[in-house]
Amino acid sequence: MLKSLLCGTALLAVTAGAAHAQVTNNVVKIGVMNDRSGIYADLAGEGSAIAARMAAEEFGNKVAGAPIEIVVADHQNKADIAANTAREWVDAQNVDVVADVPNSAAALAVQGITKEKKRIFLMSGPGSTDLTGKACSPYGFQWTYDNYAMAAGTARALVEQGKKNWFIVTADYAFGHSLEDETTKMVKQLGGKVAGTVRHPLGTSDFSSFLLQAQASKADVIGLANAGGDTTNAVKQASEFGITQSGQSLAGLLLFISDVNALGLQAAQGLMLTTGFYHDMNDETRAWSKKFMEKNGGKAPTMVQAGVYSAVRHYLKAVEAVGSDDADKVAAKMRETPVNDMFAKDGKIGPNGRMFHDMYLAQVKTPAESKAAWDYYKIVKTIPAQQAYLDPAQSGCSLVK
Amino acid sequence: MFDVLGVPPQVLFGQLLLGLINGSFYALLSLGLAVIFGMLNVINFAHGALYMIGAFVAWLLLNKLGLGYWWALGLSPLVVAVVGVLLEKTMLSRLYKLDHLYGLLLTFGLALIFEGAFRHFYGVSGQPYPIPDLLKGGQNLGFMFLPNYRGWVVVASLIVCFGTWFAIERTRLGAYLRAATENPVLVQAFGINVPVMITATYGFGVALAGLAGVLAAPIYQVSPLMGTNLIIVVFAVVVIGGMGSILGAIVTGLGLGLLEGLTKVFYPEASNIVVFVVMAIVLLIKPAGLFGRER
Amino acid sequence: MAAKSQVNLSQGNPSQATIAVRQPGQDNTTRLILVGLGLAAAVAAPFVLYPVFVMKVLCFALFACAFNLLIGFAGLLSFGHAAFFGGAAYITAHAAKVWGLSPEISILLGTVFAGLLGLAFGALAIRRQGIYFAMITLALSQMVFFMALQLKFTGGEDGIQGVPRGHLFGVFDLNDPLAMYYFVLAVFLVGFALIWRTVHSPFGQVLKAIRENEPRAISLGYRTERYKLLAFVLSASLAGLAGGTKSLVFQLASLTDVTWQMSGEVVLMTLLGGMGTLFGPVVGAGIVVTLESYLAGTNLPVPVVIGAIFVVCVLVFRRGIVGELQALMARHRKS
Repeated sequence: MLKSLLCGTALLAVTAGAAHAQVTNNVVKIGVMNDRSGIYADLAGEGSAIAARMAAEEFGNKVAGAPIEIVVADHQNKADIAANTAREWVDAQNVDVVADVPNSAAALAVQGITKEKKRIFLMSGPGSTDLTGKACSPYGFQWTYDNYAMAAGTARALVEQGKKNWFIVTADYAFGHSLEDETTKMVKQLGGKVAGTVRHPLGTSDFSSFLLQAQASKADVIGLANAGGDTTNAVKQASEFGITQSGQSLAGLLLFISDVNALGLQAAQGLMLTTGFYHDMNDETRAWSKKFMEKNGGKAPTMVQAGVYSAVRHYLKAVEAVGSDDADKVAAKMRETPVNDMFAKDGKIGPNGRMFHDMYLAQVKTPAESKAAWDYYKIVKTIPAQQAYLDPAQSGCSLVK
Repeated sequence: MFDVLGVPPQVLFGQLLLGLINGSFYALLSLGLAVIFGMLNVINFAHGALYMIGAFVAWLLLNKLGLGYWWALGLSPLVVAVVGVLLEKTMLSRLYKLDHLYGLLLTFGLALIFEGAFRHFYGVSGQPYPIPDLLKGGQNLGFMFLPNYRGWVVVASLIVCFGTWFAIERTRLGAYLRAATENPVLVQAFGINVPVMITATYGFGVALAGLAGVLAAPIYQVSPLMGTNLIIVVFAVVVIGGMGSILGAIVTGLGLGLLEGLTKVFYPEASNIVVFVVMAIVLLIKPAGLFGRER
Repeated sequence: MAAKSQVNLSQGNPSQATIAVRQPGQDNTTRLILVGLGLAAAVAAPFVLYPVFVMKVLCFALFACAFNLLIGFAGLLSFGHAAFFGGAAYITAHAAKVWGLSPEISILLGTVFAGLLGLAFGALAIRRQGIYFAMITLALSQMVFFMALQLKFTGGEDGIQGVPRGHLFGVFDLNDPLAMYYFVLAVFLVGFALIWRTVHSPFGQVLKAIRENEPRAISLGYRTERYKLLAFVLSASLAGLAGGTKSLVFQLASLTDVTWQMSGEVVLMTLLGGMGTLFGPVVGAGIVVTLESYLAGTNLPVPVVIGAIFVVCVLVFRRGIVGELQALMARHRKS
């Protein structure tokens, strides 16, 4: 029912033969599930599928003697569709591994199923720390970022710069609250204070009154604990009301490069944010990103898409090493092998499934500084992995002893 | 978190002014809906989608043809009006003999198609649209910083709203229109081409949505989803004002904008819901809406 | 009472998109055979098709039938039925997960909640007709959506996840896909039978009379508002039954089920299958659910396809699939 996107595997499937009984059904099937038409389509979407295919191609579309097949599905940001698709993939289509799944609600649903059915789950898109906390799974790996890393990273960096007085504009739902909490904790821990918070309903188009309250608070930093369209609207309107020009800084607590692209540098300039990946960091990232952009209509990879590549690649390496797609064996191998690719250097997977890698504090360039298309970030600082993420012992995950 | 009694008057004025700005969008959109409903008895579910198209046409004009904001202000409503006329001629006009509900269902389907198609081609992150140079910057009013562009939005939409009200309630053409709403057969018998009038009314109604889209483009992201969230609120505005009432749509739109502004000061979490609460109360007390007549 | 209803029914306007359900002279044997075949197919389905998929179809089919009770037989277009469907899903999920109640009690609670919600909505909306009614129900369901977003127990955008299916009557383990399937099938059949019974009762006839000509029904001494309100509450409760069951099937209650798009979807299912026909909504739900899961794997944008079906249905296909078939058969019989 779900259309398979074959990576030229038809022939390989025949030649691989039945000798490799270790790989069930003689195919390693990767299901890339994300939002292909909604608010996360630009930061994940088809780009994540492209990234997964690039990882498979590195292996010649073949691992442990079996062909690699990649299927995609659109969960439309609905947890029930995600659950249904994941169940059907595992029950009826022998999918070995589910990848990406932005939208934490959908990811929590898939995590439940992959845990029950013993399938590897490579999360790149979702940010909820619950996925490696109270809802963790021995088969679930959270790869690219999480809300703690994003919020705490930006908060720490700004407070250390002396910007100690915060005002937080929060999207009024679980995800926004969690960003707000993480930020507040970090700011207070480092001796700063939160002058005020205001909660706006999800999907607000007019932020002017919230921004006005933020402006009146005379805080140094206005933290935006929201995402997607809410953040872009808030940033755009902040520039309209002259907030950044009047000396207050704006911090996006969860912002992707696709959002910055949507905003345009004129509105987004000066914004501070944390990211797990930027395409213009070194020769390796540039080379990979160039290949990616050719396949993705010239759009640069977001950290989520780069993370899908890294996670799938690491998974395939583990399958190759153990010569089997048995979830327990592969998961164990993945945990003991450090992650080394263009995305992460010496990344380590914690007992709760969190992949620890360095994060980067970035500032959005001004239009004058930007020399080329997608030349958006100045990397201000590297946040070391151990500081970037929560200590597994504090995550609340039952797998941590 | 906030002290109800401790809200300084400056903040209150600021919020009320911002409420007025939002209210002028509500007014412009609900006015279009009211005009269409009055004449066609159709609740135009596609209104939000056409508002979105208005904004997108402005964006396309700028990025593909290099035509700026002031061009878009004229051209974009025109394009939307043409789309509207085509829709009316090819589809809506076939439904007038049937239950009015079919008009609602048809436009619902159209809204899905438009939004889905734009989403498919332009993604959902939205596209930036700059504020025209002439209206950049802002005024310091003492209690708040008012961007010039927002001031312009209020002025422009008030002019359009009351201009429309005047044209319908105080001119000869408006008289024909109102008469045709009451008794189309009789008006036709007087030698007035009612079908053309209906088509023109729909075109005009959706052009107002297109205009609102252009006005909104520099403030909000030009995004395929921009209409979806707005349209339900605007529906509630129309219900509160009384369906088909021109003045009701304008006054209620502005009034609810102000009310929403106040809610954002005292209880921001409820700012999305306050319109619906008001609606429920109004329906209990005055089922036909504040300005509506019982039919 | 029955005699009166008969009179009212005969006032039915044939140009309406809806068709009376039972046509005199229709062959009862073919009907029985068809129903038997349908039942056999439903019993065999989980062995051929993916059970969760069929359960989804059944839940939506019941939802659409409940909606159809209102539009098809009482002539009221509710654009807010998602509130009952999704609202009940939340209550059922909460009852099963947090309170640890058994599945049948949880679903019952969800259904009762939806019924009460329906009473509140109906009390506000029932005095208005047609488009006004649609708009009011839409706006009210939007309030429910915002509450679902705000309240603590609904879990915001995460919804309520990992709902246990539990043991039916403390005996049958619903974690077994087949047991769950037959449970859902039973719920569907009970709901459907209730609708069938309602439509063919004197109450149903009065509803149809109101649909065709409300002033006449009033002049005959019926307190039409009470009838409509009762129909609304019944429809809401059944929608709740479907929503509650769905939350156990997917072990999840989420915001999706309370959005206005969901209200639109159930309208589409009913319209496509045939408003005012008993089986139409079932067919419509089957097609829409199948189509959506098929489209999920293609690059075609789902909303565009759904929207196009909507437009085509409204323009040329107003009787829906089952309605058109019935009309065809009626013509065939005449000739």
